[in-house]
Amino acid sequence: MLKNSRLQLHIPRPPARPGETPDFSYVDLQPAGACRRPPTDEAESRMRDLPFGLVRVLDDDGSAVGPWAPELGDEHLKRGLRAMVLTRIFDDRMFKCHRQGKTSFFMKSTGEEALGAAPSMVLGMEDMCFPTYRVVSYLMARDYPLADLVNQIFSNAADPLKGRQLPILYSARRYGFYSLSGNLGSRFGHAVGWAMASAYMEDDKIALAYVGEGTTAEGDFHEALTFASVFHAPVILAITNNQWAISSFQGTAGGQETTFAACSLGYGIPGLRVDGNDFLAVHAATAWAAERARSNLGATLIEFVTYRAAGHSTSDDPTRYRPSDEPRHWPLGDPIARLKNHMIRRGFWSEEEHAALEAECDRQVREAVKAGEEIGTLGKSKPGVEEMFECVYKVPDWRLIRQRQELGV
Amino acid sequence: MPAMNMIQAINSALDVMLERDPRVLIFGEDVGYFGGVFRATDGLMEKHGAKRCFDTPISEGGIIATAIGMGAYGLRPVAEIQFADYILPAYDQLVSEAARLRYRSGGEFWSPITVRSPYGGGIFGGQTHSASPEALFAHVSGLKTVIPSSPYDAKGLLISAIEDDDPVIFLEPKRIYNGPFDGRQGIPLKPWSTHAASAVPEGHYTVPLGKANVVRPGQGVTVLAYGTMVHVCLAAVDDVGADAEVIDLRSIVPLDIDTVVQSVRKTGRCVIVHEASRFSGFGAELSALVQEECFYHLQAPIERVTGWDTPYPHAFEWDYFPGPQRVSAAIRRCVEARP
Ligand SMILES: Cc1ncc(C[n+]2csc(CCOP(=O)(O)OP(=O)(O)O)c2C)c(N)n1
Repeated sequence: MLKNSRLQLHIPRPPARPGETPDFSYVDLQPAGACRRPPTDEAESRMRDLPFGLVRVLDDDGSAVGPWAPELGDEHLKRGLRAMVLTRIFDDRMFKCHRQGKTSFFMKSTGEEALGAAPSMVLGMEDMCFPTYRVVSYLMARDYPLADLVNQIFSNAADPLKGRQLPILYSARRYGFYSLSGNLGSRFGHAVGWAMASAYMEDDKIALAYVGEGTTAEGDFHEALTFASVFHAPVILAITNNQWAISSFQGTAGGQETTFAACSLGYGIPGLRVDGNDFLAVHAATAWAAERARSNLGATLIEFVTYRAAGHSTSDDPTRYRPSDEPRHWPLGDPIARLKNHMIRRGFWSEEEHAALEAECDRQVREAVKAGEEIGTLGKSKPGVEEMFECVYKVPDWRLIRQRQELGV
Repeated sequence: MPAMNMIQAINSALDVMLERDPRVLIFGEDVGYFGGVFRATDGLMEKHGAKRCFDTPISEGGIIATAIGMGAYGLRPVAEIQFADYILPAYDQLVSEAARLRYRSGGEFWSPITVRSPYGGGIFGGQTHSASPEALFAHVSGLKTVIPSSPYDAKGLLISAIEDDDPVIFLEPKRIYNGPFDGRQGIPLKPWSTHAASAVPEGHYTVPLGKANVVRPGQGVTVLAYGTMVHVCLAAVDDVGADAEVIDLRSIVPLDIDTVVQSVRKTGRCVIVHEASRFSGFGAELSALVQEECFYHLQAPIERVTGWDTPYPHAFEWDYFPGPQRVSAAIRRCVEARP
């Protein structure tokens, strides 16, 4: 019966703010191995349970269980672990560099290292990744030169992007890594276009695009899904749900109403919800989606459930908006620790080898930073000022030529 | 009277309006619990409740569309776009909807919304945290575009914007949030408290939209600026020792054409300064107007000092930024020119 009630505007509220007890009971967890793995050519209409499941492979003991457990060789896993460890050490080092005034800006991906590393090892060099700023592990897994990252971050004379772009907004075409931008979400549709171009050319390349869960609110996300659906674009569309978008919890983007993976349902695209801190699950889910894309079966939407363990950026202090001990309560653990335990359990890795790996990555990062510092940090060295006027157009017009003359460079 | 910096003055304007008018509400990315990435809405959610000041999804188009719908219903929404660079996903809503709703509905519906957004460079924000998009709005009939240059003006203009029945784009020069930065490098930033315009009344007051401020009277040359550039121009005038009249436009639409014309007819010389790039920048409009209205009084070609016609480059921030040196040179050229 309809009561004579007055309407109330609903404003979502996160489970815990500073001073309150962290509460992740809203994260719908399922045991490792529980989620079924349909064949990649299953009809979308018969996979509509998957967006509400959770693909997990690594159980609490570090064993790989269930139908999604991929068969990956020891060396492959060592490479994956290395990419993640390198990423974490690099992040920590560059964050410090920012505090020392060597760069203007930096963002870490602590806790999310599997999200770039594993897909990078699934996709080929010819495929194209349309990254967010939080998947540098994609480049780490491809041995992108650390020096180029450092020089870009320092905006120095050796910056591959010529000082024009904000730190960490890399571009690395030869590594299958599309140009980043500060504008959220605006490349999601480019991935679909790239994938459609591959299909148009009857090539075999596919695309992978990332978007933060906060950014799924942008129109770009929904437009991209529509085009991916309508044209069966060979693309993997990945949502990194790290629970926070700066100070806004995932419910601000609709996460209290349904899962992000379930956005797929309205577009008739298969959707997977995946433990993003489980390297093996991320690998397996990406491989499944890649197989669909390469078999001309079209797009897949994947939600990686993860947690942003560090602040949003060097400008951010997360204790102002979430409990300071929240990271410790995150139920899906740490991707590096989990893969490491698994490898130790399988018998081809040890604490000693892990410590040696960390030391080796640390040495490499230090060397790269030192080399970058020798060229110069922000403000101490920069590309020639004439670079400011280049690349606006392929060929500068009279305005740029005159302005360059006016500045005397 | 309390001394406020520009953020505190904006916060105070919002607080006053939330208090006075239950139809006013504030929303945008991270503006609620956190109080905004520049802290402009700090404490407002706690004080006035989550319904009055809340976080939105990250969707600038959604934020403005929602504001327009609320405004049409009769509310007075104040939306924040976190950086002016990110207003573009909402451009269609602003241009095709907010600006034209009154016109196309024969006055049945209108859009009394205010869109606040930090703009401009000088913080090493690179090409996506530095833009000055004012000309994109000035070109659109039906929108008003307001740019304060001091705490006092920020509060008074923002209250006028919120009370205005038309859509107002309120661009906040973020480089001067904490002090009147004048473009001079390597010297510590003076805090606002050392500046007269940091004396901001606690309660309600307005600074009318469309009334420019002669911040420095003079006879020899008129300098037109707004936002951060007002302070850069004052520094440049000091450097040159020119008898310049510096006019802070405060709002570019509506534009205080009378003050501009009176001044240029008096001085016969005009320098126009903005941080946005030059070609089709707002300076082009000012230059055209001055030429149309003051042609027979002009003693020298009108000078424009602007950002270059490139995106805002990270490492070359201070090569791009039209600082006091470039402004001084233009003032000198303009003052020394002889027909
Ligand atoms: C179009 C646009 N709007 C707003 C911003 C400001 N901003 C930068 S990061 C961010 C939060 C993004 O959150 P999410 O998509 O969840 O990614 P995460 O940072 O958590 O990885 C916001 C609002 C932006 N960069 N671009």
